[in-house]
Amino acid sequence: MTWVNAIIQGIMLGGFYALLACGLSLMFGVMRIINLAHGDLAVLGAFLTWVLVDKTHFPLIVSLVLALIVMFGVGWALQRVLLERSLRSGMLIPLLTTFGLGIVIENLLLEAFSPDVRSLGGNAGVVTTASWRITDQLSISALGILILGVAIIVLGGLHLFLARTSLGRAMRATAQDPDTAELVGVDSRSVYARAAGIAVVTAALAGAFLAIRAVVDPSSGPTQLIFAFEAVVIGGFGSLWGTLLGGFVLGVAQTIGAQIDPQSSALAGHLVFLAVLAFRSGGILMARGAEA
Amino acid sequence: MPILKVESLDVRHGLLPAVRHVSLAVAEGETLALVGANGAGKTTLMRAIAGAHKPSGGRIVFEGTDITAVPAHERVRAGIALVPEGRRLFPELTVEENLLVAGQNSKQGHWNVESVLDAFPILKPLYKKRAANLSGGEQQAAAIGRALMTNPRVLLLDEVSLGLSPLAVEGVYHSLQTLIAGGATILLVEQDLGRAAAVATRIACMLEGRIVLEGAADSLTRQQITEAYFGLNRRVANGVGA
Repeated sequence: MTWVNAIIQGIMLGGFYALLACGLSLMFGVMRIINLAHGDLAVLGAFLTWVLVDKTHFPLIVSLVLALIVMFGVGWALQRVLLERSLRSGMLIPLLTTFGLGIVIENLLLEAFSPDVRSLGGNAGVVTTASWRITDQLSISALGILILGVAIIVLGGLHLFLARTSLGRAMRATAQDPDTAELVGVDSRSVYARAAGIAVVTAALAGAFLAIRAVVDPSSGPTQLIFAFEAVVIGGFGSLWGTLLGGFVLGVAQTIGAQIDPQSSALAGHLVFLAVLAFRSGGILMARGAEA
Repeated sequence: MPILKVESLDVRHGLLPAVRHVSLAVAEGETLALVGANGAGKTTLMRAIAGAHKPSGGRIVFEGTDITAVPAHERVRAGIALVPEGRRLFPELTVEENLLVAGQNSKQGHWNVESVLDAFPILKPLYKKRAANLSGGEQQAAAIGRALMTNPRVLLLDEVSLGLSPLAVEGVYHSLQTLIAGGATILLVEQDLGRAAAVATRIACMLEGRIVLEGAADSLTRQQITEAYFGLNRRVANGVGA
């Protein structure tokens, strides 16, 4: 039963990783940008939510919605002001640009908030402590279920958005051939900016959940980026369902690793990541397009 | 008054001049065939008109408005649609999605999914198929249909017969003739002189980035076009619009 518990906890942790990673996957799928600032943007979203809760005393859910609206604008502006220019110079420059952006965000957060940790757990109510005890060795936390549910809704929603809406179609067309998309009337700059906005919103949402389930500090971004990156690579770059699966595989690997040796949780995830890279470099689900 | 005018247009590929001081005009309802050998600058000229290449000089006027600096997607909304060389369908999108993505930002008009499928019945059973799985002829029909979905005032067709089987070319040109008979304004790039002459009201021949011969299709002889096409007799070019 202990192993069953480890797997269930892993799946719920995987839901968090999938939520964290889906923006990374979307940006790569649509713009072919590997956003190395993704983890720092998630942490920025968490701090913004924390500031709104702390200063305005709005309920957490209201503060989170406000923060997500602001973060959409942040993503949109980042694409228009920074990434759009760097995209014209090939693959390497956007990579370096987002690397630098991550450092800037991290240092600005350090300046503003010091290295102290912050948490939103105290503002989230009973959801942080509630759980269902199935047996002596198996319990399911309400927060874990909530995050898993939100992850499935966000990824499923993104999938439907890309598959069924006109903007989603335009995003997939632009992802496949931005020059031709322009030639059929699609404003690829606008499509890219909106995709970046959506990607940053999902990162910020994951960042807020990170601050609810644990703590964040200004230096938390790179670790979150690694987990997001691993989930995306395990599942298959550019594939949203692959990202969900990759998150589950990473989460389960970490909880099983922790079951074997509590020190080996992250290491087990890294080993699975390396194994996927070595034996199936395209990921478990090879992507056929941004919508796959 | 012409619907589309190109005035002293220069386009470069890096340092290499691909289109040199080209001027031409397309009147509403006419079909102008742009012929010439490989590397003559036809495709570059078409792409510059569509907004995919930035000219280094000259201007493009559409319906009396200078559109030289207008981005490609806005030119589509204004009424210029390009069927690019090699079709360039979105391979992972279905035929339906390829059509819809072109129609969603365009002005209303005669062309919609139903009318495109009526014009190209070959696409009806392929509607839900991914574009990557279509044959060359089917892809070309979908590419023309996709351009029509934007309800263009001017349709730019770049090498529509390239890489297609003779039967597929026959089908594509049959559809084109229907479009032309319906009063469409078309600028057509074609290497097959016979095909071009059969559908065009006017022909312009390009050589080394310049228009070296231009005239009504029924006034130009096959020999004149061939000489201009291959640059066999530069004196022909010097006399007419070079």
